[in-house]
Amino acid sequence: MTEVLRILRKHGFYYLLFLPVAGYLIIFKYVPMIGIMIAFKDVTPFMSMGEIVTSSFIGFKHFVNFFNSFFFWDLMENTLMISIYKTLWSFPAPILLALLINEVHNTYFKRISQTISYLPHFFSMVIVAGLVYVVFGVQGGLVNHLVVLTGGEPQHYLGDPRWFRTILVGTTVWQTVGWGSILYLAAMAGLNPETYEAANIDGASKIQQVRHITLPGISHVIVILFIFRIGDLLDAGFEQILLLYSPSVYEVADIIDTYVYRAGLLNLKYSFASAVGLYKSILALLLLLAANKFANFLGHQGIW
Amino acid sequence: MRIKATPMERLFYVGNYVFLIVVSLMFLIPFISVLSTSFISTAEWARRGNFVLIPEAPTLEAYQFLFGGSKGTVFNAYKITMFRTIVGTFLCLTFTGLGAYVLARRNLPGRTFMTLLVFIPMVFSGGLIPFYLVVDRLRLTNTVWIMITPFLVNPWWLLIMRNFLMTIPVELEEAALMDGANPLTVLIRVYLPLSMPALTTIGLFYAVWHWNGWFYAAVFNSNRDLYPIQVILRSILYLGDASYRGDLGIMFEPEMMPPAQTLKAAMIIVTTVPILLVYPFIQRYFVKGMLIGGVKG
Repeated sequence: MTEVLRILRKHGFYYLLFLPVAGYLIIFKYVPMIGIMIAFKDVTPFMSMGEIVTSSFIGFKHFVNFFNSFFFWDLMENTLMISIYKTLWSFPAPILLALLINEVHNTYFKRISQTISYLPHFFSMVIVAGLVYVVFGVQGGLVNHLVVLTGGEPQHYLGDPRWFRTILVGTTVWQTVGWGSILYLAAMAGLNPETYEAANIDGASKIQQVRHITLPGISHVIVILFIFRIGDLLDAGFEQILLLYSPSVYEVADIIDTYVYRAGLLNLKYSFASAVGLYKSILALLLLLAANKFANFLGHQGIW
Repeated sequence: MRIKATPMERLFYVGNYVFLIVVSLMFLIPFISVLSTSFISTAEWARRGNFVLIPEAPTLEAYQFLFGGSKGTVFNAYKITMFRTIVGTFLCLTFTGLGAYVLARRNLPGRTFMTLLVFIPMVFSGGLIPFYLVVDRLRLTNTVWIMITPFLVNPWWLLIMRNFLMTIPVELEEAALMDGANPLTVLIRVYLPLSMPALTTIGLFYAVWHWNGWFYAAVFNSNRDLYPIQVILRSILYLGDASYRGDLGIMFEPEMMPPAQTLKAAMIIVTTVPILLVYPFIQRYFVKGMLIGGVKG
């Protein structure tokens, strides 16, 4: 007891300073975590907090319904496929861009092209979606203009299931490639220039230098970023899809997150949507743990 | 020592410059195309009806409509965005800074537990619906605080801030205490000035987050007077989509409305220009923040 008092007297000020943060975290992060129990209940929109807490548990009904529903595999497939396609394109792109920028010796050119390439990172998803709407517009859009010029028919690309994922992937690459190249460029700047000079004297070509000096030199960054990406694999781009999709492309665009949004907030099936959300959260946590284990196995520090 | 470039290498360098110029244009062209679309007049749109790179008679019709015919909607949205960005960033920095300061104290009993409290939400969350129920039952929905109060701390930036504070030598604090300063004075006079670079960087990240935020302001709020510019832009993007027309009819004078496409373009410009204006000056802070923070952000 006296020990507690002694600690409080010595450190009380700092606990007091932490109180607002702890309060914030408990209310907005931990209460919703506990609130996930509504996935095992039947909560209706007009229940008060007290009624939600005291209502009875009904077990795994919502989970069973979800797994047995006809859209379960569609959602899984869309989420994973969109995410994998995005990774396939947007993961190597910044590495390639960094390699090319790294070969530029003119400081001004280098700085300007980097500055331009970071810009889309600072645009909100609404602005990016807006650019997509205008550029791919059926009437007056740049893309359809080029299509017509080359003898094609104007099309509503955004509403076309054959094109929708391509637009998602392209937009993601466009928005993330520049910003993503920063860490690689920093890692490349840290490589010893003497190694390159020695390679030059030995007559190594540019490609050989990239393969045997640059890529091995930045491999640790590549590995760690790839592991991070795998940990986030279930995040296929909620905001982006929500802003760009429409019922005509649901078959290829509807992911777990957009489904939770519609089922929960538009159709007010709170408990069912929470169950779907919890399923995703658990799956995501397992992926992250696995990715982190893998990082440790490779001898990297991982995320923790 | 510099070795003379072989013809192959020279070809590579030229090709590389050309490629990077093309890539840079790819980032700029959508924006330029939107900019020119925003200046097309109703008459020209009706007559030509397709893509126009350079309008024959550029007008500010769409902009006049946004700021004049919108019943003050766009002005008001700017006010809301300014409010959430300034107040939101200030509160985020206060909470994040205090939390980081406490967690940076090496000899504080319970520090590991408190760090864990910050860390766990980074890897697991209750999901959208329980979060919605909490903010709704706290009566934050349909108030301006829905954009601020639930987002006071980004755990990742708090931990980055803590790592930064841990690099400040303890001797400075010990010396101040020796001179009779109390813990509060140490915080304000010693640590606060020294953390200005980190606070600036993290503050800019928070500010951009607030400036760009739209989801919660649109989904957890149905009061049109509280829409920030991003949400107005989103409403305008759905123009021509019958189901959203009603919503816009209330916000705008539907007669005299310029063509949907030019209006969309003008609103994109109105939303983007403030970012473009400050971007060149703050860009280096972000790059620095990105590098100290490692990966996320």
